[in-house]
Amino acid sequence: MSEQKTLVVASSPQIRHRDTTAQIMLHVCIALAPAGLWGIYLFGIRSLLVIALSMAASVGVEYLMARMMKQYTLADGSAALTGLLIGLNMPPNVPLYIPIAASVFAIAIVKWAFGGLGANWMNPALAGRAFVFFSWTAGMNAWKMPRTWAAADAASSATPLGTAKTGLMDVAGEGSTALSYLSEIGYTSSNAAQGFSDWVSSFGLSLSPYTTDLFLGLVPGSIGEVSALLLIIGGIYLLAKRIITWEIPATYIVSFGLLVWIFEGTLYGRGMFTGSVGFHLFSGGLMLGAIFMATDMVTSPISRTGMIIYGVGAGALTFLIRIYGSLPEGVSLAIIIMNIFVPMIDRYIQPKPFGVVKTKRKGAAA
Amino acid sequence: MLKQRTFRRGGIHPPDKKHLTSQQPITVCPDPEELIIPFSQHLGAPASPIVSKGDIVQPGQRIAESSGFISAHIHTPLGGEVKEIRRVFLPAGFAVDAAVITVDADAVFEPQETPAEFLKNLSGEELLSRIQEAGVVGMGGAAFPAHVKFKIPKGKQAEYLVINAVECEPYLNADNRIMLEHTEGLLEGIGFIQRMTGAPKVIIGIESNKPEAIEQMGKTIGSMGLEFSLQPLKVKYPQGDEKQLIDAILQREVPSGGLPIDVGAVVTNIGSAYAVFEALRFSKPLFERVVTVSGEAVNKPANIRAKVGTTFRQMIDLAGGFSEEPYKIVAGGPMMGFTVFDLDTPVMKGTSGILALTRAQVQEGVRTACISCGRCVRGCPMGLQPTRLYHLIDRGHYEEAKEAYLLDCKECGCCSYSCPAKIHLVQGMRLGKRMLRNMSS
Repeated sequence: MSEQKTLVVASSPQIRHRDTTAQIMLHVCIALAPAGLWGIYLFGIRSLLVIALSMAASVGVEYLMARMMKQYTLADGSAALTGLLIGLNMPPNVPLYIPIAASVFAIAIVKWAFGGLGANWMNPALAGRAFVFFSWTAGMNAWKMPRTWAAADAASSATPLGTAKTGLMDVAGEGSTALSYLSEIGYTSSNAAQGFSDWVSSFGLSLSPYTTDLFLGLVPGSIGEVSALLLIIGGIYLLAKRIITWEIPATYIVSFGLLVWIFEGTLYGRGMFTGSVGFHLFSGGLMLGAIFMATDMVTSPISRTGMIIYGVGAGALTFLIRIYGSLPEGVSLAIIIMNIFVPMIDRYIQPKPFGVVKTKRKGAAA
Repeated sequence: MLKQRTFRRGGIHPPDKKHLTSQQPITVCPDPEELIIPFSQHLGAPASPIVSKGDIVQPGQRIAESSGFISAHIHTPLGGEVKEIRRVFLPAGFAVDAAVITVDADAVFEPQETPAEFLKNLSGEELLSRIQEAGVVGMGGAAFPAHVKFKIPKGKQAEYLVINAVECEPYLNADNRIMLEHTEGLLEGIGFIQRMTGAPKVIIGIESNKPEAIEQMGKTIGSMGLEFSLQPLKVKYPQGDEKQLIDAILQREVPSGGLPIDVGAVVTNIGSAYAVFEALRFSKPLFERVVTVSGEAVNKPANIRAKVGTTFRQMIDLAGGFSEEPYKIVAGGPMMGFTVFDLDTPVMKGTSGILALTRAQVQEGVRTACISCGRCVRGCPMGLQPTRLYHLIDRGHYEEAKEAYLLDCKECGCCSYSCPAKIHLVQGMRLGKRMLRNMSS
C-alpha cells in the first residue's frame, strides 16, 4: 500500500457534477457563434471588430472592478459573454466608442455596483444596450446593407422592422400589413426568398419573401440578431445541453405571437386576428432576446411557474412597446422591465415543498 | 414486467459506477488481530459500555447496552481481551468511546439455529425483543435502531412494508450482492419484519440497474410461495430515501416533519432484513456486514463481509490496496457518505461502503458566485429552494430559513452535486440546522 500523505475531508456530497459556471458561459457563447459568424459574414469584418471591442472592454472593466473588490472573477467567463451579447446587439456601422461605452456601463454600473456576478438585478448586456441606445440614437441606427444585397439596393439599409413601423404609422387605416407595405415600397428581397415564395404559391399558399429573408437572416439589422434560424439552432443547443429550460423562451415567443396575431391588425384597420405573426417573430431582436437575453439566469426567476409568468410578461410588454410604442423595437425594454419584477416573482412564487399540504387543497395522502 | 416508476420531483443522475463491483461475489474478511468497536454505531443515545480494560470477552458477547429509547446494544464479533477503552473519531466527525479488543483467534462465534417452526409461534412483540437483543439497526446508512422502527406506534396502522432494495448511492453493491447470494434468507427476514409491523402488504422496490437482482428475487419469491410484490424503479438518486421511495411506489407524500407511518408505510432496506434473518434464525447479534470497497483509487474493488471493528486499512488492503493516491476516503456512498482522515477508522454497523476516490472523480471545482441557474431547485427532491436557504443561512436568518422548510432538508446532496458554482449548499444546510438546534437548547 502506498503511504498516505494527506486526505481531504469535506462535507457531503463527495462528488460533483462536471459543469461549472465557466462552462455554462462557454456553452452560451458557442450557441451564439453561428448567429455571430453569420453577422460577420453578412456585414463584413468591421462587425468582428465591434464584437471584439465589446468583449475586450467588458473583460477589461471586469478585471478592474474585481481587482478593486479584491476578487478574481475573469475565470467565470460571464464578462466575456456580456461583451459578446453587447457586440451582437450593435448595428454593424456603429461608431466604435458606443460598444465600449455600453460595456463599461454594463459591467461597472449594472453588474459591479450591485456586487458583481449573481448580484445584479438587471441583465448587464441589455442595460448597456439601452444606455447607449438612448444616448446615441443616430449611432445606434447605423445600419449596413447585407452582403447579399446588390449595390443597387443600397438606397435604404434601414431594418425591415423599422421601415415597416414608420411607414405603417403614416399610412395607418389603409388596411395594409407590414409585409404588404414593404412590398409596396419595393423593399429589397433576396432572389432565393422570391423563388421560394413562387414555389410555395404553386401549392395555392402564400408566403411573403420578406418572411423568408427575416427567418434566414438576409436583412439589415444588429450584427447578431438577423438570422432567426441560427438563433433558434443556438437555442436548441442550449436546451439540449440543459443550460436553459423551455419555459422562458417558449412562453415569451408564444405570448408575443398570440398577442400580435390577435391585436396587431386592429391598429391598421384590419380587425382582430389578422396580425403579421411571422414578420414580428422573426424580425428585430425577438429571437435573440427570448432565447439568449430573457433566459439570463441571474435576472430571471428560479421556479418554473415564476419563469412562465416572467416569459408571458416579457412577451406582453414586447408586444405593447413594439406595436403601440413609438420605437420599432421593444425587446430590450420589455426584458429590463421584467427583470425588475424578478425578485418579487421569486418571493411570491415558491414551489410547494414535498409533504406540505396547502390548506386550500385536498391532501395528496390517503 | 411492471411499469417502472420513480419519485415525482427533483432528483439527479450521478454516474452509478455499479459495474466496478456488481459482479464481485461477497468475500469474507479474515479475522483481524485487533478490533476497534465504537459504542455509538447508531442514531440516538450511545450505548453504555459494560466491559472494562482487561476483561475477557467471548465472540458475540454484548459489550455495551442500549441507554435510551432510541439506542441499540453493541456486541463484539470475536473473543479476546479488552486492551483499552479509548476515544476514536467516527466518520461523521465526532469522537466516541470505543473498546479496543486484542483478538483471541481460537474463540469463534457458534451460531445456534432456531427452527422456523418455533419462530412461527412467536408474536410480533417477541420477535421485536429478539432483534433488540441482537442490536439490529437500519443498515442503509443512518443506522436507526430496528426495534424502534418496526414497532408501530399506538393508533397507527402499517398498510405497506416497503423494502428498500434501491441502493441509489453510486458505487455501492452490498445490498445487490445480498439479494443475489442470500435471497432465501433475506426473504425470510422480510417475512419476520412483516409480522413485527403487521403490514398486510409487502412491496420490494428495486432500481432497473440491478436486472439480475430483480430476476433472482422474482424467481425466489415465486418458488417460496410468498406474496411479496416487486416494483421495478427507474434509476434516479435519491430514490433510496424512504420519502422518495414511498412517493415512487405508493404515490403518497410523507407529510413535512412526519414519518412514513403517517401514510401507512414502514420502510426498511435489504441489509437490515438480512440482519433480522440472522438474528432470529441463528441468534446472531449484528456484528458483521457486507461492505462495498470501491472507487477508482483501489486496485480490486470488492464486496467484503467484514466484522464490526475491522479497520478501513485492512479492508482496502483486501481490495488490493491503492492503485493511486486517493484524494478522499469515504465511509458510505459518495453522495451522503463522510470523509475519513484516518485509515484506522473502524467498520461499523452502518458502513455500507468504503470508497477511495481520485481527484478526477471528485471534481471539486472552483467556487464562483451563484448565478441563480436553478439547478439546485430543480434537483431538490423535497421541493425546497436550496439557493434561497443558503443565502438566508449565510446571512444568519436561521428562523426565516426554518420557515422556508430548512428542517425538511435531508442532506441528500442533489443541490451541491448539481451546483455549477460549486457552492457547498449541503454544508450550509447543516450549519443552519445546527444553529437552530443551538438556539432552541
